[in-house]
Amino acid sequence: MPERKKGKTGIRLWTVLFWLAVWQAGSMALGQAILLVSPVAVARRLAELAITAPFWSSIGFSLLRIASGFLIAVVAGVVLAAAGARFRRLRELISPAMLTIKAIPVASFVILVLVWVPSKNLSVVISLLIVLPVVYTNIIDGIDAADPKLLEMTRVFELPALRAVRYIYVSQVLPYFRAACSVGLGLCWKAGVAAEVIGIPKGSIGEKLYESKIFLNTADLFAWTATIVIISYSFEKIFMLLIDKLVGRIERM
Amino acid sequence: MDIGLRNINKAYGGQRVLTDFSADFAGGQISCIMAPSGWGKTTLIRLMMGLEHIDSGEMTGLEGLRKSVVFQEDRLCENLSATANIRLVCPEKSKPLVEGEMSSFGLGGDALGKPVRELSGGMRRRVALLRALLASYDILYMDEPFKGLDDDTKETVMAETHRLILGKTALLLTHDRREATALGASKILEIY
Repeated sequence: MPERKKGKTGIRLWTVLFWLAVWQAGSMALGQAILLVSPVAVARRLAELAITAPFWSSIGFSLLRIASGFLIAVVAGVVLAAAGARFRRLRELISPAMLTIKAIPVASFVILVLVWVPSKNLSVVISLLIVLPVVYTNIIDGIDAADPKLLEMTRVFELPALRAVRYIYVSQVLPYFRAACSVGLGLCWKAGVAAEVIGIPKGSIGEKLYESKIFLNTADLFAWTATIVIISYSFEKIFMLLIDKLVGRIERM
Repeated sequence: MDIGLRNINKAYGGQRVLTDFSADFAGGQISCIMAPSGWGKTTLIRLMMGLEHIDSGEMTGLEGLRKSVVFQEDRLCENLSATANIRLVCPEKSKPLVEGEMSSFGLGGDALGKPVRELSGGMRRRVALLRALLASYDILYMDEPFKGLDDDTKETVMAETHRLILGKTALLLTHDRREATALGASKILEIY
């Protein structure tokens, strides 16, 4: 069963400074910003971008869609896993679909989805498709791992089904759900932005990355990449904080 | 209502666990079975609770009875607090009442709110026991309920358990005659 890790795995400030220094040194040694822009230049460019309205509207555009895809995937994954755990035939039906979704490369999905969906909503569908199997698989594994002795206890005490689900299954599945969200949050940003770079929806972060490539503007490319990392990290932290609060509430009942 | 077991047989694969076992347990009384490990005590109550099926024989007086049980293992929800574990099976009991009983079982203070995974083995055992005692039941099964408790705690817990099960139908499985005596068992079925 996945356990929450505490302590020692956090990133230390000195290591960040070390790698920034390596990056700066590498950039200075190369002497060509187009090949490797310096962290100072990236920070300067990021500061310039951050005071422009298109910067924030692009973030809003991509954040709204990628987060929506993620949330839909979480809800759909939980519902399908619960139904799959309850009905064996449904599980048999869903399993190959999930395996297929997992195996198909993002690029293939993007091209397929573009046939059906306008490019502005591409990242919703792609982040949904990438996160869905992760949530589904983890939740169903969590349900399967529910302690049979506890389930037997609920039978003897004749606990109503809803109470058994809430206190036994939810409590036991939460660590799996947390792990799925943690993995899914990282994946949805990677896949969502990659999809935007291919589909180039107007006003998205992906479009900005694509333009950076076209105009060989390495400073912009790095500045936007840093932005994606910051948003993805912040989004994950906020979402996981909410999950932990939920876990805490259940534990304190 | 009295409970009757007639010629109960149970085997797992080729391994016979219970052979033609018969007994009667009076309603509203505490009965006790003392038998060596491996005799099939746990199997017997699993059959009585309907968790497994008998191969042959007859059981009477168990139909429609609300059951409560102290399993040999604690079977607690690790993430839930001691109070939540108990109230899980008896939500109709008020929190102050449950906490009052917990205090009688030496489970006051910090133990109330902590997830049970953070409690000691003895405390967890008392939570499991109290959960069974506070549930609404017509018959209570106790499979070595005081296992893992130190002598002082055991004395207190047995006295409190006796108070709570007085006049109820209960079946105690144990190796220790003192437990049967402390709970005021009216019938002790000793199989050695």
